[in-house]
Order: sequence, then C-alpha cells, then structure tokens
Amino acid sequence: MKKAIYAIKSLFLIELWKGLSVTGKHLFQRKITVQYPEEKTPMSFRFRGLHALRRYPNGEERCIACKLCEAVCPALAITIDSEVRDDGSRRTTRYDIDLTKCIYCGFCEEACPVDAIVETRVFEYYGENEGDLYYTKDMLLANGDRMEESIASDRKQDAAYR
Amino acid sequence: MLIRAADAAGIYIPRFCYHDKLSIAANCRMCLVEVENAPKPLPACATPVIDGMKVETQSELARAAQKSTMEFLLINHPLDCPICDQGGECELQDLAVGYGKDISRFSEGKRVVLDKNLGPLISTDMTRCIQCTRCVRFGQEIAGIMELGMVNRGEHSEIMTFMGQAVCSEISGNVIDLCPVGALTSKPFRFKARSWEMQDHPGIAVHDTVGSNTLVQTLRGEVLRVLPRQNEDINEEWLSDRDRFSYTANSSEQRLTTPMLKIDGEWKETDWQTALDNASSKLKKIVDEYGADSIGALASPTATLEEFSLLAKLMRGLGSHNMDYRLRQQDFRADGEMSAPLLGDSIASLEQAKAVLLIGSNIRKEQPLLATRLRKAIKNGAVVSAINCTEFDFAFPVQTNIAVSPSQLVATVARLAVIVASKEQASISDAVADIAESSAASEELEGLADSLIEAGSHGQIIVGSMATMDSNYSLLVALATIIAKLTESKTGRLEEGNAAGAWQASFLPFSDGKTSGKNANEMLNTALKACLLFNIEPSLDSLSGNAAVETLREAGMVIHIGSYRSEEIEDLAHIMLPLACVSESDGTHVNCEGSMQSWKAAVHPQGEARPGWKVLRVLANYLDLEGFDYTASETIRDEISSISKGTDSTEVYAPVLVEQNMLARIPNLSLYRVDCITRRSQPLQQTLDNPPAAAGMHPDTLAAKGIDDGSTVELTSGDRKIDISVYASSSIPLNCVLLPTAMQETAALGCANWLEVTSCA
Repeated sequence: MKKAIYAIKSLFLIELWKGLSVTGKHLFQRKITVQYPEEKTPMSFRFRGLHALRRYPNGEERCIACKLCEAVCPALAITIDSEVRDDGSRRTTRYDIDLTKCIYCGFCEEACPVDAIVETRVFEYYGENEGDLYYTKDMLLANGDRMEESIASDRKQDAAYR
Repeated sequence: MLIRAADAAGIYIPRFCYHDKLSIAANCRMCLVEVENAPKPLPACATPVIDGMKVETQSELARAAQKSTMEFLLINHPLDCPICDQGGECELQDLAVGYGKDISRFSEGKRVVLDKNLGPLISTDMTRCIQCTRCVRFGQEIAGIMELGMVNRGEHSEIMTFMGQAVCSEISGNVIDLCPVGALTSKPFRFKARSWEMQDHPGIAVHDTVGSNTLVQTLRGEVLRVLPRQNEDINEEWLSDRDRFSYTANSSEQRLTTPMLKIDGEWKETDWQTALDNASSKLKKIVDEYGADSIGALASPTATLEEFSLLAKLMRGLGSHNMDYRLRQQDFRADGEMSAPLLGDSIASLEQAKAVLLIGSNIRKEQPLLATRLRKAIKNGAVVSAINCTEFDFAFPVQTNIAVSPSQLVATVARLAVIVASKEQASISDAVADIAESSAASEELEGLADSLIEAGSHGQIIVGSMATMDSNYSLLVALATIIAKLTESKTGRLEEGNAAGAWQASFLPFSDGKTSGKNANEMLNTALKACLLFNIEPSLDSLSGNAAVETLREAGMVIHIGSYRSEEIEDLAHIMLPLACVSESDGTHVNCEGSMQSWKAAVHPQGEARPGWKVLRVLANYLDLEGFDYTASETIRDEISSISKGTDSTEVYAPVLVEQNMLARIPNLSLYRVDCITRRSQPLQQTLDNPPAAAGMHPDTLAAKGIDDGSTVELTSGDRKIDISVYASSSIPLNCVLLPTAMQETAALGCANWLEVTSCA
C-alpha cells in the first residue's frame, strides 16, 4: 500500500506542486520588505541604542557620579572619575562608555537614580577608526542635548510602567 | 552586656551607637531584643547578662521593635545615598535593607541641619546624622579632648564643636570610620570613589614608631584612601591623622618622576642608565681620589628596613662608615653605648603600666597612638608624669607636669635620680649628684619618685623625640637608665619613624660598640666630598638648618634619592634619582616594640620613580660591589637579624648647656612637619597642628624684654638672625623661646641653643 502511494506521488510531482504553491502565494501577496534606509520599521520607545547623558531644563547635568551604572555594567564598559566641583557638588570629571564593549542591556539606565544616562533610539552610528566608538562625557552630553526631546517623550511613555 | 555575649556566640544584633571600644550610650535603640519576663524589649547593649536569661533576638516583638526604630531613624535621614561617600559601606544602608520597611509612612517635612566646618580633614553632612554620639564619645574617651558635643534636645539635637572651632585632635580622623552614616566623611577623599570599586592593600604606616597597620585603598593605580587595619597589639583599630592622610603627598606637584642630571647648572631629564652611570662613576672617582671616608649618606627615618640595609651595605662596601638617620640629634657622645630606640616592652603592655615618666616627650604629638595607650593606662590607675621643656597639653591627666628650661632639664632629671636613690637607700655617683646641684628638690619630684618606686617593674620611663633634640641627650638617656635601674622600671627611647629599622639594619656610624664613621652632626658640619641624601631636605630635616645646606654645598657631589624635589635640593644636588613613595614600594617597618612588619606595594610608582631597594641595588651593581643580586625585597629583609634592645650605658657625661644670660631655645617639631612626605600633604598642612612660624615665650619674659605679644622680633645667634612674630604662653618656662623647627622661617638659626631677642619695633 505504502509503495503504491509513493509511486503515485512521484509520478504526479505532488511535493513539487506543494512547494511551488507557497511560492505562488507569496508572489501575489502584499510585500513586507522595508527599503532601508529610505524606509524604517516602527520602533519601541524602550529601544536601547546609543547612550546619552541628560541635563536638567536649567542646563545642569543630571549625573551625580554615584557610579551605580559603572558598578552594574556587566561588560565593564563604563569608566567614571569623580570629584568635588567648585560649588561643592558631586560631579564626574570623566564619564566614558566604550561602545565596543557595551552589550546594550540597559542596566545603566535602570540603575541611574537621576535618569542621567539613557539609551536612545539611535542605532545608526559607526566608527571609522579605532577609538571612535569610545564615547567620552562631552560626546554623551552632546548626544543628550541633541536628542533631549525624543528622550523625554520616550521616558514619559514608559513612566507608567516603571 | 548582652550584645557582647551575642557577638561572641555569632548572633548578630543590629546596632548603631554601640562600639566595642567606646562606652555604652544606648541611645539609638536599634539593638532592642526580647528578654523573657521583661515587660518591654530591652537594649542589648545596655542589658547585663544574667544567669539563666532567655533572650530572643529574632522574635516577633524584637523584630517589630527593631523595625519601628529603623522607621524612626529614617524619618529624618535624607535619601541621598547616591551622592553620599558612605554609600556602600554605610551601616544605616545595610540595616535599612535588613530591618527597614519598603515604604515610608512619613510624609511631613524632613529636618535640615546646617553643616559644620570641622577643619581640613573631616567633611560634614549633618542632616545625615542619626545622633549615635559615637564621635562625641570617641573624643571624650579615646582622643581625650571633647571637641564634639550634642546640643539641644529631641528633633533639634545636633552634633557640633564648641564655639564653631575646628576639630584639632591628632587622631580625629577616626571619627570618620566610627560614624555609622555619612555625616562625617573624609574631606581629602570626598567624592573621589565608591567603597566597592577600590582595591584593598594591607600597608604599614611609617611616620611614627608605632607602625600602625593600614589598609591602602587604590583605584586605577592611585591611592585614594588609607584606613586603619585592626591589630589589637599595635594600633587597635585606630589610626593617627598623620598616617591616615599622608598619602595625599603621593600626588604632590613636587613629585620627582624622572632621573635628573645637573649639566652646567641646568637640570636635564635623563634615563636611569645615564643617571646611575654618572652617579657611580663620580662616586668611584671621589673614593679613589679622596678616600672612602670623604663620602657619606644621610637618610630619612621614614626609609624602610630594606633601604637602610642596602644603603648601609653600599656605604660599607665602598669603605665608608659615614651614615646616619639621626639628623635632629645634637648629642652623640653615647654613640655605641646606647640601646636601640625601642620601648623596652610591647605596646599593649603600656596599658598595664602603673607609673609612666615622660622625659622630653610630647608623646601625644610624637606617637599619637601610644598616647591613647597611656590614656587607657591612666584609666587603669596608672600615674603619668612628665619632665619637659614646655608644659604640654597631653589631653590626659598628668600627675606631675614639670616644665624647665633646657639648661635645667638634665639637672631636674638628675635631682629625681638622687631622690630615688635616697629613698631606695642606694648610692649614686658623684657626677649625678653634681649635676643635680642646680635643681632643688621639690614635692613634685618626691611624688614622682614615690610613684616610680611604688610601680616597680610596672614602671616605664620614656625618653622622647623632644629629648633627642636636646644638647644633653646622652645624659638624659643615662639618667633615665639610672632611675630605671634603681626603681626596676623599664626605659624606652622613642625616636621618629623607622628609627628601630635603621638600628636593626646597622645604618649607623658605629657597629659593635665602636664608632668608626661620622655621625649626622659631623657630616652636616664638616664638608664631605660626596654625600648621598636619601629622601631628606637638609634644612628642614636636620636641626642644623641652613648651616647643613651650606656645608653640603661645599661637597663636590650630592646625590639626592628622593620622592620630591624642592628649590633647596635643586640648588644643592648634582643628580636627582626619583624614589617611590611608601605605598608604591615594598618595605618593612620596625616599630618601637621591635616587630618587623612588611608590606607590599599598593600601586606602581609614578613616572620613572623606582622603589628605594631597587635603586640602591642597581647603584651598587654599577659600583661593582659584591652581594647585591637581590630580586625581591624579602630576600634583603630575611638577611637582617632581628633587633635586640641592648642596654644603655649609665656613663654620665658633663652637661654641655650651662646657664647663660640669653634665651634658651626649645626646638619644637610640629607633627605634620617631621618628614618630606607629611610636609607635602596639603590637608595636614592646613590643620591647626601646623601653625605659621612663631616664637613662643613666657608672658613675664616678654614683659621683662618689653616686647608685646604678637609683635615681630629679631632672634639672633652669632651672625645668624631671623625675624619672627612672638606669642605669649605661660606653659613655656621663663627665659626660653619655643621655636618651631623644620620650617624655612627658622632654618637660618641652625642648631643654636642660645638666642638673643630684640624687638623690631
């Protein structure tokens, strides 16, 4: 019996038609290919991309050098040096993130008590030379300044779940 | 108490105000436990243990009490852990996790307490204070001066100093460790690092002869903090401010980080090879030309045992015995007959002493942690007396505090010896009796003699660093030995830093009782052809001051091996070799009880600086000396035999200081100017223990000379003179000037023992 079915299937190329039918179905379906970079997929407000250091609306940097992000970082990508600033407050003198080490887990953002270090939606960045992806405090603050609007709206959307 | 019994049994009871070494205050209420048949929970720290007592530390009642206490404590405690230096090592933080509630029910306003300025060492955030009063009790009980106190009541209570003064105890830094929260933190360390990210390295403090055990904490190759390491035999769990904060000198701007050569009067950076080649060839040339006796070595008492040993071996290898570390000593007559600078007993046994006599010692500032032992001894019923040239404030009750002019110091001690001899019905040599002539017997001395005789073998005589600078030092030691023999008590000679290590390594101009080389005084007053300076600045580290610099300038060759550079060194030296700091080098310290304590380098030396033992080893290799093939500092240490106290001779030399119609100079060494390290520690330099240069005189002396308090005077000795402001102090004997040493302002006077004063007005 088994042999008879096998013979019929081979004769009429049943399996081949089955496969071709899938191809044919997709040939006439709506296409979902995204034409990156002209087109982009929708993105969650929780996306974890390039880091940024934020400031308060009055221009004061948020980071207080508590070093919790440095402690929690599983990849040891963050390096912080801190000191007393002239006004007596606790501030960083160095805040470096080595993006080649970073695994974008977002723990730094979770650990931050003042929402200073955040991961933005930016994922399109690159380095041409060795060391280009070693972000220093100034670069991170510039990121924050540039993207504050989207950072703030993303945090606002997420606030209810935190 | 219950808490002790629980600790011994390994059962943890939470606590804030309770501390092993302090009295019981029972004011934090964190240690409440349930005791059977007691109507309410009882504080474990203040409840005595009774036979058959049943205590529940984890019962529902106890837990509820602890939780409620925690809630009350957190009412006013700010939630600023992320910016608090105590974060990560905070007792309140830890206990809040273990005993606190998840949320606070307190919605009213928190109180704010103004921060106090406690000086350059301790920074305050008084809002964080939970009023455990550990700092207050430390001041009262351990430091001996109640500088901090709690004022007001209830919610208004706060810790503050009297009249807004700074805290100036020499062991004040310990309140930083004692504070269970972040109210008192270290100012030099402020915001530098978190407790969890630093590496711990065991170390030994070198600035006094206690050899306190320390924990050097480093981050990314930089020493950021020094903490005490518990050692009940030596420093208990305390650390003096000098040892705690001297690490700040590591990053001094004056650090010497590359070998330097002076070429045509200009300093040029060079490499080690060139520098050592240069040094060795010039040294060899001088030895060949003028003989080995024309070279000498002077080292700082803070050098390590290995450095002393190699330097001694190097000098002896070249054929010279001219080496010394005793730059502040004037009287070397008993050289070769003196015992090692040791206490004569263990440090912990000081607590059991029944009578202690301090001769020429401001022990509180010289050996801060020995003073805490003496304070304990007094609590145990000991009688402490002092014979000094100034009436020092010891911060512990002193039965007899005699202050006499330097010219009378020997006579007073001799008189004491005569009194002791007559009471013991023993004979005493005529020489002692002759010296005692000029000092009258007094009730004070009688009482002092009685206390020493009564204490017998529990008596301790300490000849301190002030005596070292006296022109009759060998006499003072001999007399102390005579008194000790008569009363069967022990004598101890306390010098600076690692003096015992220098002794153990035979870094001395004599060996086996025979003087064969020049001592520090001779080296600094007769010109040598070549001199090796090991981490010293001659004008500040020697009593001779500028005179020492002038002598050294005549030397054809001065090699400075040191951690720092200064104008004086740059002017004087021909070659500068950079030396690693204490925490950058392996080393061994021998303390005043003779314990050898070694430590390992905590960080790499800065720049091209190298550990002293390596520098000396390679220099010796360049000099083609045999037996310098060490690869580890331990090998050097293991070659050195252990130290023995030895005995002091009782030979009584003729006193050199006779009364003159001038003012006697009392040299006074600030505890933060003893060596080139402490002199470069900014926080220590800003303390009240390092006042600007001023000469102290008795008000009557000032009145007799017609000088106003606070005015500027000219002090002259021969053709040397300085201008300096004066202050009146009745603790200084008549016709004396208490003059700070180790200061540029007074270095010009050299080691003059007699001064003339004229008003500048």
